[in-house]
Amino acid sequence: MTLAVVGALLFLGALLAGLLGALTGLGGGVVLVPLLTLVFHVDIRYAIGASLISVIATSSGAASAYVREGYSSIRIGMFLEVATTTGAIFGAFLATRVQTEWLAIIFGVVLIWSAFLSWRLAHNPVPDLKHGSPWSNRLRLSGSYPGPNGLPQCYEVERIPAGAAMMFVAGSLSGLLGIGSGAVKVLAMDRLMRVPFKVSTTTSNFMIGVTAAASAGIYLHRGFIDPGLSVPVMLGVLTGSLLGARYLVKARVSLLRTVFTWVILALGAEMILIGVMKQL
Amino acid sequence: MTQKSQGFDDRTMEVIISRLLQVGVLLASLVVLVGGVLYVSAHAGGWPDYHTFKSEPENLRHLPGVGRGVAARDPASIIMLGVLLLIATPVARVAFAVVAFAMERDKLYVAVSLLVLAVLLFGFIHSS
Repeated sequence: MTLAVVGALLFLGALLAGLLGALTGLGGGVVLVPLLTLVFHVDIRYAIGASLISVIATSSGAASAYVREGYSSIRIGMFLEVATTTGAIFGAFLATRVQTEWLAIIFGVVLIWSAFLSWRLAHNPVPDLKHGSPWSNRLRLSGSYPGPNGLPQCYEVERIPAGAAMMFVAGSLSGLLGIGSGAVKVLAMDRLMRVPFKVSTTTSNFMIGVTAAASAGIYLHRGFIDPGLSVPVMLGVLTGSLLGARYLVKARVSLLRTVFTWVILALGAEMILIGVMKQL
Repeated sequence: MTQKSQGFDDRTMEVIISRLLQVGVLLASLVVLVGGVLYVSAHAGGWPDYHTFKSEPENLRHLPGVGRGVAARDPASIIMLGVLLLIATPVARVAFAVVAFAMERDKLYVAVSLLVLAVLLFGFIHSS
């Protein structure tokens, strides 16, 4: 096949990955890496390199839509980015040293865990916290967001060290696997620190780009980022996720979400299987 | 909460930052697209083998190498310039936050943002 034909197929695949990622709320990377490795037979190191680039594009490209909603907290984001970027550098160092079979197995496990997390986070809401840790105010992490009646709802946060530790994990997974690991970031904010759900998801989107940028330099120096793959993947995922975000606003697509969650679980299982088979 | 009387608060900062991010992504996408079109027309042959990992050539893995390639109108280097612009976008966001927090006279968050910026630059400069 010629370069142009494969490029076009890759663009379409990446578009689908971006669309699925936006609709399931998991991000483009988790669909893209299995697609590149399982369907296009791309080495997993090239796949995570291309995925990381698309993660930065998606996070930054969707930023204005999130800001308009008026929920994200720049202070919580910046504070926790200290942990995610440090984790991302640690993860990227690991990625250059871990065997590819193990990368595939870890990827599969994280994929299934993320799908489970995002399902549970969306279906079991926890009430906002009125009085958090005294450090919430000292570190200026307390804030407010527009409530249902238009009045600002104030919130405080708690368990800040535990949240930061989970953010280090989220950053490590992002750097190791070239994904945004948004579900783990939301877990840290929503469940551990009790940041309101809407604030958690929008702040997570901002953090994803900065986290990915921390490991991108290491990927680049290591030769994980290929120009021929970057073009269709980056443009495809970006287009797909922007379309997905728009479609998601128009209709609540719960059936589609359920179907896609099963698709993601199947992809995760296949990644584990491939990794294990290569080990034997 | 932040003081509204100053005219510059967290909200204004977020709106400016989101614009910055959008412009960065748009610019990077355009450069990548131009490089991609040139790349396809230059490589009329087959699809490169991505099944086995060989690592990218040395000149595409560092900023000076990419710069020299762009000057020589090498399509792969132009694509990598777009990728570098894309990576620089969130970094610029953090750099802007340093300035914005300084304007709000929030010393704690100037320090936090500087720390994030330092980690980002470490990841980019340190290579092994």
